[in-house]
Amino acid sequence: MSEQKKENNPVEQPDSGREAEVRTADNGSKADTGKKTDVGRKGDRGKRIDTSKKGTSVPRQPMPEQLAEDRAHNFDEVPFGYSEEVAMIEAARCLACKKPKCRDGCPVEIDIPSFLHLIEEGQFVEAAQKIKESNPLPAVCGRVCPQESQCEELCVLAIKHESVAIGRLERFAADYERNAGSIEAPAILEKSGKKVAIVGAGPAGLCVAGDLIKLGHDITVFEALQKPGGVLMYGIPEFRLPEDIINAEVNLLHELGVEFRYDYVVGRNATIPELLAGEYDAVFIGSGAGLPSFMRIPGENLIGVYSANEYLTRANLMKAYLFPEYDTPPIEADHVITVGGGNVAMDSARTALRLGARSTIVYRRAREQMPARDEEIHHAEEEGIAFNLLTNPTRILGNAKREVVGMEVLQMKLGEPDDSGRRSPVPIEGSEYEIECDAVVVAIGNKPNPLIPQTMKDLELTRWGTVVTEEHTMQTSVPGVYAGGDIVSGAATVISAMGQGKIAARAMDHYLRTGKNPDPPPPPEEKPKKKPKKKKTE
Amino acid sequence: MFRVVSNRKVTPNAHEMVVEAPEVARTAQAGQFALLMVDEHSERIPYTLADWDEATGTVTFIVLEVGKSTGDFVHRQPGDEVAHVVGPLGMPLEVENFGTVACIGGCYGLGGIVPVGRTMKAAGNRVITYVEARMEGMHYYLDKYESFSDEVVQTTTDGSNGIKGHGVDILEARLKEGVRVDRVFTIGCPFMMMLTAQVTKPHEIKTFAALNPIMLDGTGMCGACRCTVGEETKFACVDGPFFDAHEVDWHELRDRRAAYIFTERDVCK
Repeated sequence: MSEQKKENNPVEQPDSGREAEVRTADNGSKADTGKKTDVGRKGDRGKRIDTSKKGTSVPRQPMPEQLAEDRAHNFDEVPFGYSEEVAMIEAARCLACKKPKCRDGCPVEIDIPSFLHLIEEGQFVEAAQKIKESNPLPAVCGRVCPQESQCEELCVLAIKHESVAIGRLERFAADYERNAGSIEAPAILEKSGKKVAIVGAGPAGLCVAGDLIKLGHDITVFEALQKPGGVLMYGIPEFRLPEDIINAEVNLLHELGVEFRYDYVVGRNATIPELLAGEYDAVFIGSGAGLPSFMRIPGENLIGVYSANEYLTRANLMKAYLFPEYDTPPIEADHVITVGGGNVAMDSARTALRLGARSTIVYRRAREQMPARDEEIHHAEEEGIAFNLLTNPTRILGNAKREVVGMEVLQMKLGEPDDSGRRSPVPIEGSEYEIECDAVVVAIGNKPNPLIPQTMKDLELTRWGTVVTEEHTMQTSVPGVYAGGDIVSGAATVISAMGQGKIAARAMDHYLRTGKNPDPPPPPEEKPKKKPKKKKTE
Repeated sequence: MFRVVSNRKVTPNAHEMVVEAPEVARTAQAGQFALLMVDEHSERIPYTLADWDEATGTVTFIVLEVGKSTGDFVHRQPGDEVAHVVGPLGMPLEVENFGTVACIGGCYGLGGIVPVGRTMKAAGNRVITYVEARMEGMHYYLDKYESFSDEVVQTTTDGSNGIKGHGVDILEARLKEGVRVDRVFTIGCPFMMMLTAQVTKPHEIKTFAALNPIMLDGTGMCGACRCTVGEETKFACVDGPFFDAHEVDWHELRDRRAAYIFTERDVCK
């Protein structure tokens, strides 16, 4: 993963010639790609972009970003995105493999080589439309997908060199199209007369909505909160995924005819059996993993201990960082300790920093074992977040007013590898010590929200409370009811949720037209190469 | 958007707000609450459902003006709109014929106790409603209480209306006289609910209190509303709001409710 370290810090980038040129062109300022619909095509402009260099003859292009010392104090997005020139140079690095491996790594089956080729040709809007044939949220995925363990990991260039920056190019194409104001609605098949209810406007539900509306079905998305996006809106901070980006992609779904009903709690306003008995022919459950886990250590209900969900929801969904313009108060603290090592922990710790606190991550394993994306850990380190690794909280300390004043932790060490080769942390006896802090954010994951299972008795659950689904259709134990995302997988990524949404949408279309699910795919004749399975919390 | 149908000042600091929210009115049950945002910049504030009418699609809240968000709400006039109302949330009350039920309301619970008492009466219980206030003029809804109660006991702290004392004092005196009560429901400030729990515990009368911690999403997602009940952490929004009052850590609830009091004071300046 050292490649990312280099890229995020342009100073360390080896190819100085190319890079210098790029940075001059960018001038380190926000890449304004928009408002110019007729530029970007090769030959249309004064300067011709040299896209003749393929593969390893050009280094992977860095993406300019805010300096760490600046961004640690604002909520603006960290990277600026590629300029048109850099995007074309980067896209041209694609070797156009006969059997493109990258596609196998994409849970939503984007035709990656085609969109890269369109960018190389300067056909940016067309590139965005190509992506949207299979992914309704390209600007979101271009920002939050762990491409390094998906499409980019399988890129043939990654074997000996650095992969094509597929994620950055996806982001570029989507941003270009949006800024150019030339978003074109995809074709919609003839209306089927069928109605689908989607529970939750998060990544899984939005993906199903995007696919099924194009196939001619009527869609209603029921969302409990006041805004769309689910975890994209309440969880992922503005500096990583600006709200405007989510709104723009959701607006497009709305324009395609998807109906959004906010402030609607399925399980309370209507149960799923009631929706099916009413006007809906099928239901997709994408309600997410909305019940935060705590550590079960003393002091966890002190004032100043927050779940990451609460901490981030205050900041993101409720815009507490704009208090008092918004009424929800932010969490005022001098030293915030975030417990956990996933992306949510990084998001919380970086939010704490931006709210003016000193920010520390406490994680009981070692850095290599952190489930967060390398890029996020790196960004956090650059911004000045302290990492107390191999450190396990044992107690949260409070004062007489029940306010947090510190945390007692235990030093850990990595034990001998177990049968799976994994080295578990073991406590070092007597190594307890105290860290002063006035807020604690617990970012150790979520359990499935019980509201829907409680109100739908024949929905089969696993012993962890997640919904049981059939792998190739995502159908639950109830015919006509499908599920995907964190309510099925526990805690996974935005893109894996969307991938499950995609599978569900295909099966639901079949079900709506024929009354039954598609047949399972035939067993593969030879063992296919294993897809990357690295699961990460988002 | 959700239209305000009426805004009536029922005491010097409490308003009865009736809001059009047909989806809430259609499925509300006793014991539940709704979350409301006055505008897109507001906090999400939980309010106990004091009443609802499926036919008109309206819900009723008793709102005490205590800060910015509640202030913004009570300044909405009939015809004005509020941005979001989501509900009903929380677990509905377990309703059966327990025998004699005491419903004790104070503070905003003078409204919240109404659906509880009404539902208990409909299930065949004998309902005694205790409503307490600081002084004369702070009581309202007498006609509503009388519509479902076998007896209404009004108390005031200063004795200016009804019996002098707290509702729970009267209950305690009666319990000592041997009056039988099979179940108690209480809604109001944490202090009043805690006193109620202390009175009924020695008599081993199951007592349920509607907890009112700070909430954010109200659907179980954030955990802001966690309370300790019987040594276990519970989420008031999805596990409650009614809990066994004898098992609740009342001091923790009181302190957690005050977490933002200084920030709130600053914003109201």
